Amino acid sequence: MKLKVKELKTDLGTFKDLEISLGRVVDESWEEPMGPTPYPSITDLRQWDRTLLERYKPFYMPFCDLCCLCTYGKCDLTAGKRGACGLDMFGQQSRIVLLAVCIGCSTHTSHAREMVDHLTEKLGRGYRLDAGNAVQVEAPLTRLVCGVRPQNLGDLEEVLEYIENQITQLLAATHTGQEGDPLDFESKVFHGGMLDHVAMEVADIAQISAYNFPKSEPDAPFAEIGLASIDTSKPVVLCVGHNVASGVEVMDYLAANKLTGKVEACGLCCTAIDITRYDQSAKIVGPMSWELRFLRAGIPDVIMVDEQCVRADTLEEAQRIGSPVIATSNKITYGLPDRTHDDADSIVNDLVHKKILGAVILDPELAAEVAVRTALQVAPTRTSMKKPLSKEAVIKRAEECVHCKECLRACPNGLEVENAVEAAKGGDLSKLVEVYHKCIACGRCEEACKSHLPLITIFQSAAEQVVKGEKFAVRVGRGAIQDTEIREVGAPIVLGEIPGVIAFVGCPNYPRGPDDLIEMAEQLLRRNYIVMTSGCSAMTIGMRRGEENKSLYEEYPGSFSAGGLVNVGSCVSNSHITGAAIKIASIFAKRRLRGNYEEIADYILNRVGAVGIAWGAMSQKAASIASGCWRLGVPVIVGPHGIKYRRMLLGRKEKREDWMVYDARSGEKVYVGPAPEHLFYVAETKEEAIVVAAKLCIRANDTSKGRQIKLSNYIDLHKRYYGRMPDDIHLLVRTMADVPITMKEEILKILEEKGWEETIIPDPTLLPRMIRKKVE
Amino acid sequence: MSATAWQKAEVAGPKKALVITKPQVVSAMIKRAKMPIMIAGHKVTETAVSNKLLVDYLIDLVGLAGIPVVATAHVIGEFDKRGYRPKASMSLVDVCNRLTDASWSLGGTGSHDLALFAGHDYYMQWLALSGLKHAAPQLKTISLDRYYQPHATWSFPNLSEQEWCNSLQQVLRGIGGQ
Repeated sequence: MKLKVKELKTDLGTFKDLEISLGRVVDESWEEPMGPTPYPSITDLRQWDRTLLERYKPFYMPFCDLCCLCTYGKCDLTAGKRGACGLDMFGQQSRIVLLAVCIGCSTHTSHAREMVDHLTEKLGRGYRLDAGNAVQVEAPLTRLVCGVRPQNLGDLEEVLEYIENQITQLLAATHTGQEGDPLDFESKVFHGGMLDHVAMEVADIAQISAYNFPKSEPDAPFAEIGLASIDTSKPVVLCVGHNVASGVEVMDYLAANKLTGKVEACGLCCTAIDITRYDQSAKIVGPMSWELRFLRAGIPDVIMVDEQCVRADTLEEAQRIGSPVIATSNKITYGLPDRTHDDADSIVNDLVHKKILGAVILDPELAAEVAVRTALQVAPTRTSMKKPLSKEAVIKRAEECVHCKECLRACPNGLEVENAVEAAKGGDLSKLVEVYHKCIACGRCEEACKSHLPLITIFQSAAEQVVKGEKFAVRVGRGAIQDTEIREVGAPIVLGEIPGVIAFVGCPNYPRGPDDLIEMAEQLLRRNYIVMTSGCSAMTIGMRRGEENKSLYEEYPGSFSAGGLVNVGSCVSNSHITGAAIKIASIFAKRRLRGNYEEIADYILNRVGAVGIAWGAMSQKAASIASGCWRLGVPVIVGPHGIKYRRMLLGRKEKREDWMVYDARSGEKVYVGPAPEHLFYVAETKEEAIVVAAKLCIRANDTSKGRQIKLSNYIDLHKRYYGRMPDDIHLLVRTMADVPITMKEEILKILEEKGWEETIIPDPTLLPRMIRKKVE
Repeated sequence: MSATAWQKAEVAGPKKALVITKPQVVSAMIKRAKMPIMIAGHKVTETAVSNKLLVDYLIDLVGLAGIPVVATAHVIGEFDKRGYRPKASMSLVDVCNRLTDASWSLGGTGSHDLALFAGHDYYMQWLALSGLKHAAPQLKTISLDRYYQPHATWSFPNLSEQEWCNSLQQVLRGIGGQ
């Protein structure tokens, strides 16, 4: 903080051009002592990072052999060669990972900054933050990383300033001629990930407080999701992106003008999640991969985009269906005229009469008014646009196919598009319906098609009957986990009696359609895992009905308890997932939180059986979210496309020396086995992912009862999906008491064959400073 | 002979796989290898080779050549069902990560000098092979899948299903099969 005074007259004298700089204001009302690393610099946690990276070493898989980031190059870095700047391939790959994380982290931070600035302008810096009555630890990540306890909107500014400063430094480290060591790049990756989670927390607690979203409510209300949930007979306003400010204003405008129920307000991607947290009369179309489908269906009368994960060709797609676009964020402006300072009447008039294709309106209230009024006027002229192709039209277009197979080569999932189109020529549309089920609607097939077929439209039209049934129920994002919930399940999680907390997060870049994700979630819920979810994954999980015609949200409770399905909210709500792990350390184990990152991360790594599954992770944001998990000791599994993050963090379970920890009671080094075995892992199939997830929940500090339960699940799932016993049981059994009773005979035989020897269950830590008694 | 990647955007860089124009070359390399390894992915049971599945073809091949198999993903059970017990079950990245360590081998001694890949998603195998190209200079890699994999040491070009089946049959015959 800086104070500048032109002239100050005091008893001591007169001071001219006085400038006083103050450091950070410390919250003296918080009794908890400050830990060792408040507001850590980009190197303050390096030792912890390198400890993790010694165990979980990077395995790099470059896209190509080259570096093309500066004018020295392109440089060939194949198999050990260095580029003109001196960097080798491993350095370059870790640098690329850091760049991705900087992009992801800065995106959430920018989102948080816009949200906090907007809400501060509306409500003032002194507006009280409120995560709910049952939440005393309102901002666990901010407390942990920054050592501050934000109470008002204004308190978040300092946190954001810190993050913005750190991102600048991280990005600078990627410049040519800066960092050169892969592991130090990776440490910076972890730093970016840690910052990302704080930024997400800032954004979400600000919007939860200001917009009165559900505040840690296990029984958060339901909202409708799916293409068929949208009433196309009404004017439709579509909100796409992640920043809900303008979407909230749409709901307010509808309510204020008695239009609620007369105009459909719906959303895609995280904005959809967040407008339903605000008002459940809003509808969710689906995750971001539904964007092209929804636009091609011609349904939205006005498309309002904010930021992140919005297709860059939205304006072109909007033109195809004759819908105007309103851009509400300065990050997406599409070359449209800025009409922020014009009156609503003139903008509506220009949009309705197509004098402009769209407008940039950076005032959320004005944008909302313009969107609704324009939709009301445009909708009656667009009814003919809201119909799929007829079967005859699909067949006619299919006949234009020249069988070049370019669609097959362009499809990221190798879907049999050409065969489906060929079958359609003869009137059989069933194969097109199969493609629709698995397609992520990226549109690459269309870009490749030599006959310029609108393949996404064709798939969707062929699947018209399927689309008509796409109406499901999703429990809206509940926000943070209550302190009382943490108290109740802290012990069973840490002791291992709840087999694990598994979070399905990230984008919908699914390799074989959405069903894999839903099946994994269901299987784990049945086994009493706590299943958390957010963002596009949270939407996908709700998009199938089970045997009783219910979605998983209707079948399972929303509480943070065994067998609970916990939708925390949008992308930025991911902070509540890591926040829950931190709160277990803080509330259940009473570890100090304030500026005490290493100790809490060490606790989570060794005690909290939490795993993230980002089955369709696509974005740089997903990379930074994962990175924040790794530094905190939470392993992440990605689906097959996640291999394109080009670096995994893998343990070697056979290397005994990698799995030694200190016993905090004695200072002795103790073998604890591969628990958890990996920090960042890619699975080929859902079967592999679910088995590995069960294994990665195993932690060094599990009680024997807890280890039994975890091993039972791991072995049972392994037998079910792999058809045989796992080959590493002997590495995961520490004492005979760990052996699941129902599998005793089988396991004892294995232990004997492997020459297994009993070890002790230590009070595990990787931090020498946590040792309470030194070895004599 | 040059070839292009099946997924066209996957441009590899200056060092691209040599194209297998004569399948007998693969047979010869297998016979010459001191410690070969086969890495088989989940698609082995989804992919047909002539009148049987890729998994059955691979069992014939490794049986004749005496190559140990690592089954990736969850596919080990499919080998078991057919009466063939792979040497190990490991994820694709796990086994490739270990292959960058010249002191590691399935048998515990020595170092693998040839790795054959089959039955993976195209893009996954692409990146796994890249990891080995850059970090396992002691290792030669061959992709037996149908589409060109530029990051391998040797790969078939993009083939029709029939051409691919014929090529695999020739590889098998080259090591003494029918």
